[in-house]
Amino acid sequence: MRLLEQEDRAGIWSRTSGGRKASLLLSKSAGRHKRRASIIGHGFLLTITSLSAVAILFIFYFIFRDALPFFQLRGLTEFFSSSRWYPSGEPSEFGALAIFAGSGLVTLGAVMVSVPLGIAASICLSDVLPFHLRQMAKPVIEILAAIPSVAYGFFALVVLAPMLQEQGGQILSIVVYVVGLPLLFLGATVLGDLFSQRLAGTHRGLIRISTTALLVGLGLLALALLGRRLTGLEISSGTNALNVSLILGIMALPTVVSVSEDALQAVGRELREGSYALGATRAETMMKVVLPAASSGILAAVILGVMRAIGETMVVWMASGNAAQIPHPWYNYLEPIRTLTATIAGDMGEADHVTGSARYHVLFAMAACLLLISFFSNLASETVRRRAMRKTQGT
Amino acid sequence: MNWKLLSIIGLSFVLIGSAVADERIAIDGSTTVGPIAKAFSEYYMEQNPGVNITVSESGSGNGAKSLINGTCDIADMSRFMKDKEFNAAVEAGVFPVAHVVAMDGIAVLVHPSNPISGLSVEQVRDIYLGTVTNWKELGGPNKKIIAISRDTNSGTYETFAKLVMNKQKMAASVEYVGSNGGARQRVQTTPAAIGYVGLGFIDHTVKPLKINGIEPTMLTVSSGTYPISRPLFMFTNGYPELGGHLHALVTLHLSPNGQEIIEAIGFVPVTSY
Repeated sequence: MRLLEQEDRAGIWSRTSGGRKASLLLSKSAGRHKRRASIIGHGFLLTITSLSAVAILFIFYFIFRDALPFFQLRGLTEFFSSSRWYPSGEPSEFGALAIFAGSGLVTLGAVMVSVPLGIAASICLSDVLPFHLRQMAKPVIEILAAIPSVAYGFFALVVLAPMLQEQGGQILSIVVYVVGLPLLFLGATVLGDLFSQRLAGTHRGLIRISTTALLVGLGLLALALLGRRLTGLEISSGTNALNVSLILGIMALPTVVSVSEDALQAVGRELREGSYALGATRAETMMKVVLPAASSGILAAVILGVMRAIGETMVVWMASGNAAQIPHPWYNYLEPIRTLTATIAGDMGEADHVTGSARYHVLFAMAACLLLISFFSNLASETVRRRAMRKTQGT
Repeated sequence: MNWKLLSIIGLSFVLIGSAVADERIAIDGSTTVGPIAKAFSEYYMEQNPGVNITVSESGSGNGAKSLINGTCDIADMSRFMKDKEFNAAVEAGVFPVAHVVAMDGIAVLVHPSNPISGLSVEQVRDIYLGTVTNWKELGGPNKKIIAISRDTNSGTYETFAKLVMNKQKMAASVEYVGSNGGARQRVQTTPAAIGYVGLGFIDHTVKPLKINGIEPTMLTVSSGTYPISRPLFMFTNGYPELGGHLHALVTLHLSPNGQEIIEAIGFVPVTSY
């Protein structure tokens, strides 16, 4: 009996090679083997997949395990409310408020650079550019993500910082023009459109053109005034929040562009065609149909961009100046600042167990805060994106 | 036959074992002196393959502690032993002998376009304390001073904090840079900047200031006239046995090769060949 079964199995294996005995039916034991193999295979794949999840749990565990002693040693108040950061002073002080403020400031700056540019670029890519141009433009933007951050940092320190010191005013005004002009034309066109559509009658086209021209003129005037004011500005230190914000904004750009472009693409052709069929112009379709429909996807893109900016280390360590202060006034981007990531990177070397326990654990406390921030941002972006998916699928 | 083989193997083990056990030297202490100790031990182990030297950097205080406990043979220290440490050592039967292996000097740099050529230690301290914020106050142009410091991890920072700042805390507006080269780079590109670096990092792109009227050079540092300089020590228990490896190691800085090593890692040698 047993022998027979074995022969049977041998038969299965030899079947493919065109052996002597071609049995198509699986024997009982072969079925059992197959089931076992499938369980083992599933288990193996599950283990590999869950490894990454387990890794995250481990990261949480180890960071919080080393962060906790700091709060036990020093309490919460100093860390979150004081801005005096003297980890190596005597007595040492661990007020991280200015460092949190620095991280926040830089992230806000990066968002202000990357979000308008990123959304404009994604609209352009998804709805304006012809297909073959889009195929060329998108990879170019994505190259930005492939540049190592230390290269960005080197550029910020060696090229951008001296440039800001020497011709800071001119550069700022050029940036204002570069960002402001497209926004101005876009805004003026859309506003002119929206304004004139309320009016009926024969002069509609004329009114539209004249309001748009008026808006453009006013905007140009404002831009020119702002530009002139900025040109006279002198930047004393080039390694400041502005420098880092610009670079981080550019670094976050590919993320914002590709995610929000996906969101815009996900808004189907039907919605756009429906809008055109109702007589809407291209601008109206964009502003009133496509953008609102894709808004949660774009929000997810913004959150991902924020995470990219807040977690970046090398650039801020090299080019932010690392001065643990809250600028006066707080929105003064021309002052050097210090961020959480740069502090962790910069202070890790000396802060071993020997040189003082609080000094070592405070870095983990910062890492834990960063981890929580990015964890909740990720959660938020995931929720938003899921909502977006449901919305575009029309359920 | 068998006995012979076994005894040869046994003998060789004993020989190897004794060779390793005899020539083991442990060095512990200051992170500032650490690079010198590391470079010395690398050089020395290359010359004497039988010798095994371990170097740890746990700070000057811990170096003194290890010497007193007998867990190290050489204690690296960037300061002299305190009275307490000395007393504890003598009580434990350890008699610390200091060897000055090198001098550490810090140059204060400004941009070449800055008309100021010298400051006093107090003026430098006031700049870093944030009480002096404009070059105008020191007789220079009407420009906000950009004070640049090394990160708090570095030995250079520690020396500066002790010799210039008197352990007072720097202003929050002081910028921190991760390396001596980085500090020099920031000063050479920023007209209103002031920074400080190890003596080895002075070049023609920046202007080293005279401190209390004395220029920072190898000579003024090794002679002790330049104010921001300090000796770097290695302490041994008693004067090491002449001709031994320990003796050779703590006198390596007196040889031409030792001088070269010290210069190469940016410190000021006590000899001038």
